Amino acid sequence: MFKKDLGLLILILVVGTAVAIINPRFLSPINLSNTANLIGLFGMFSIGMGFVIITGGIELSVGSIFALLGVVFIDLLVTFGWPWPLAILVIVIAGIALGWLHGILITRMHLQPFVVTLCGLLIYRGIARWYTEDGTAGFEFGITFPALEWLTTGRSFGVPHSFVVFILLAVVMGVVLHRSVFGRYLFAVGKNEEAARYSGINTSRIVIAAYVISGALCGLAAVYLAMYTRSISPASHGSFYELYAIAAAVLGGCSLRGGEGSMLGIVLGAILLQVLQNLVNLLGIPSSLNFAVMGGVILIGVLADQQFTRRRQARLGKP
Amino acid sequence: MNTATPFLDLIDIGKTYPGVTALAEVSLSVAPGETIGLVGENGAGKSTLMKILGGVAAPSRGTIRVDGAERAAMTVADATKAGIAFVHQELNLFENLDVAANIYIGREPRKGWGLIDEKALHDKVKPLLQRLGADFPADALVGDLSLAQRQLVEIAKALSLDARLVIMDEPTSSLTASETSRLLDVIADLRANGVSVIFISHRLQEVERCADRVIVLRDGKVVGHLGREEIRHDAMIRLMIGRDLKSLYVPPARAPGEAVLSVAGFRTTAFPGKDVSLALRAGEILGLAGLVGAGRTELARAVFGIDRRVGGEIRLGGEPIRIDSPRDAIHRGVYLIPEDRKLCGLLLDFTIAENISLPDLPRYARAALLQGGAEARNAEAQKERLRIRAPHVAVRTGSLSGGNQQKVVLAKWLSMRPRVILFDEPTRGIDVGAKGEIYELMRHLADSGVAILMISSDMEEVIGVSDRIAVMHEGAIAGFLDRHQFSEDRVLQLAVGKTLH
Repeated sequence: MFKKDLGLLILILVVGTAVAIINPRFLSPINLSNTANLIGLFGMFSIGMGFVIITGGIELSVGSIFALLGVVFIDLLVTFGWPWPLAILVIVIAGIALGWLHGILITRMHLQPFVVTLCGLLIYRGIARWYTEDGTAGFEFGITFPALEWLTTGRSFGVPHSFVVFILLAVVMGVVLHRSVFGRYLFAVGKNEEAARYSGINTSRIVIAAYVISGALCGLAAVYLAMYTRSISPASHGSFYELYAIAAAVLGGCSLRGGEGSMLGIVLGAILLQVLQNLVNLLGIPSSLNFAVMGGVILIGVLADQQFTRRRQARLGKP
Repeated sequence: MNTATPFLDLIDIGKTYPGVTALAEVSLSVAPGETIGLVGENGAGKSTLMKILGGVAAPSRGTIRVDGAERAAMTVADATKAGIAFVHQELNLFENLDVAANIYIGREPRKGWGLIDEKALHDKVKPLLQRLGADFPADALVGDLSLAQRQLVEIAKALSLDARLVIMDEPTSSLTASETSRLLDVIADLRANGVSVIFISHRLQEVERCADRVIVLRDGKVVGHLGREEIRHDAMIRLMIGRDLKSLYVPPARAPGEAVLSVAGFRTTAFPGKDVSLALRAGEILGLAGLVGAGRTELARAVFGIDRRVGGEIRLGGEPIRIDSPRDAIHRGVYLIPEDRKLCGLLLDFTIAENISLPDLPRYARAALLQGGAEARNAEAQKERLRIRAPHVAVRTGSLSGGNQQKVVLAKWLSMRPRVILFDEPTRGIDVGAKGEIYELMRHLADSGVAILMISSDMEEVIGVSDRIAVMHEGAIAGFLDRHQFSEDRVLQLAVGKTLH
């Protein structure tokens, strides 16, 4: 596990060094700070995706949840004038409720995670667009929420608070994943649900909990993303963001078959993805090639990792 | 019938695996149109012989003669070309395709451009189904058919390959009486058409009804040939047993105590119409014998809460209890060592220590955080106690031998407070040395007051280890045997549904 993370770290350093040599602006404080902000925003929900993937599931509705919860959040603040802490609380609880619903459909109704969350992707996006009548939800000019803005888009000593929150979450969830009883159950259920059941683990509850955690983190990320963009057009806000999260988790060593992954890996995966985005901008590669570069690097990374694993196993004499 | 010249001869076939002789000097010839019954206990060598006939395994010694041509071994393609077809115990059909597609899978008539000629396909299949008296159309989805109907599909497939010999492995084990009767008619019909059948079955009554002659295997050798007139139940059983059962038995330290766990009127989803009542007493090893598919595993799974029970009650220490999930059973000290160690018993990618602590994980945690040290200490102690052979407890369980894996499963439960342990085939796929150690442990547990149920299909184990035997037949208890009544003959009689007198 650790070797995998180390390989990823080296890859980040190599890519980073190469970009820095070609374009020194990569290391400028403003660029680093902006990249860190994006890492924080995208990393937050990648953690939740990691938990879901470790159970052997998938969560495709992430981007649509951002659109739906984002417009509701802005509406709560602007139209209804709710105090922002209450609004955040409601949004996070709404995220939890959606995650719980997905978990229930998957475990009690025995639907496939892909199908459940694909339907979520379509439904939530549709509702978000209907709710705003396909208009854009945003803060009117001149309206400010100083404390909320400090918490979400603010920076201390040049470090964006989104990044700080991401790292704090990663540490806490890393302990949960790798040190707690729940974390061990999560790996057991993902690896072999039948054997977990025979050991007396309530496997449905564990799976539901993973989707609930993902939902909660999505709710929080929805707030941060809304404050970052400040206006939301629900037809496109957050589109494909679930794919960033899946990519980060897979790069970080989570197996889509379940039972494998590490928090450090997910964090490094999220960092690598944003460094790649940054690379496209800084090296003057047409931004339309953005996704192609990301896809190419992930493919090469996963291929290389598989080769290393095979060679390591051959050395250990395993079949 | 036996006047026809054989088209297939096996001559002095032997097969050895490292350390085991599976078959020794087995000869068998098959003439057109005869039905041969092949009987023997589990492990007598029937499946090895069938693998050789099917070209899946090569014999270590001996000759195979097909239509006069001699060869040392056959490939699967050779066997098919020689007209040998199988109807397997686990049917190899595609449930998502229709009957016709299954029969001609891989040999579909084509129209060109890779398109399947559906009309030609159905035209070929219809007469086959008619010949077998099938009550389903060629375009029925196999997934919608009953087991008996699926068997007919397999037989139709064999006929479509111009099979001269159809080998049926326990074909009636999951059929109802009337379905069985229909299958026996089909076999008679095949015989009339010159197709030979090898009929492998534990159901001796059916062998009696359909076989022209019977070959009995025991410990890899042919121990008897019975001609048409000699085929009788007791004659077959007499030949099947007669093995020297080494006295493994270690008597309990004291007489059995009170019933710890008892079930009454207990019904499982596998046999909802049959009910089971039995009691497990403290300090006693109760062997549960029976044929594969008699409902023993289902009983254990339902008691442990894996499967829903259909009816009946469970009492623990006299108190009626509810067990709706394995969690409930484990909380009460009722543990199951499952039949399929690799799928249900262990997480092969987890370490020894992680597997051992899994059912009781909160005990190794402080404030919900795991204390790796406590886990490792307990695992080390168990490793020492059960003599698990591994360098340390942080090795992947998947890298251990079968016997050591089974000890890890045991260690899970021994780390907690067992009152009842249900063992399902505890020594399957385990070497002799580790077997002995596991028996020793079971006796030791029983002597410390644990009630033990041991499901086993290994006669030597059932007779050599149990203090008392319950025999199951088609979902119900056919009878109990006390130690002084133990004999292979009695267990087998009960297992095949005969009453003792």
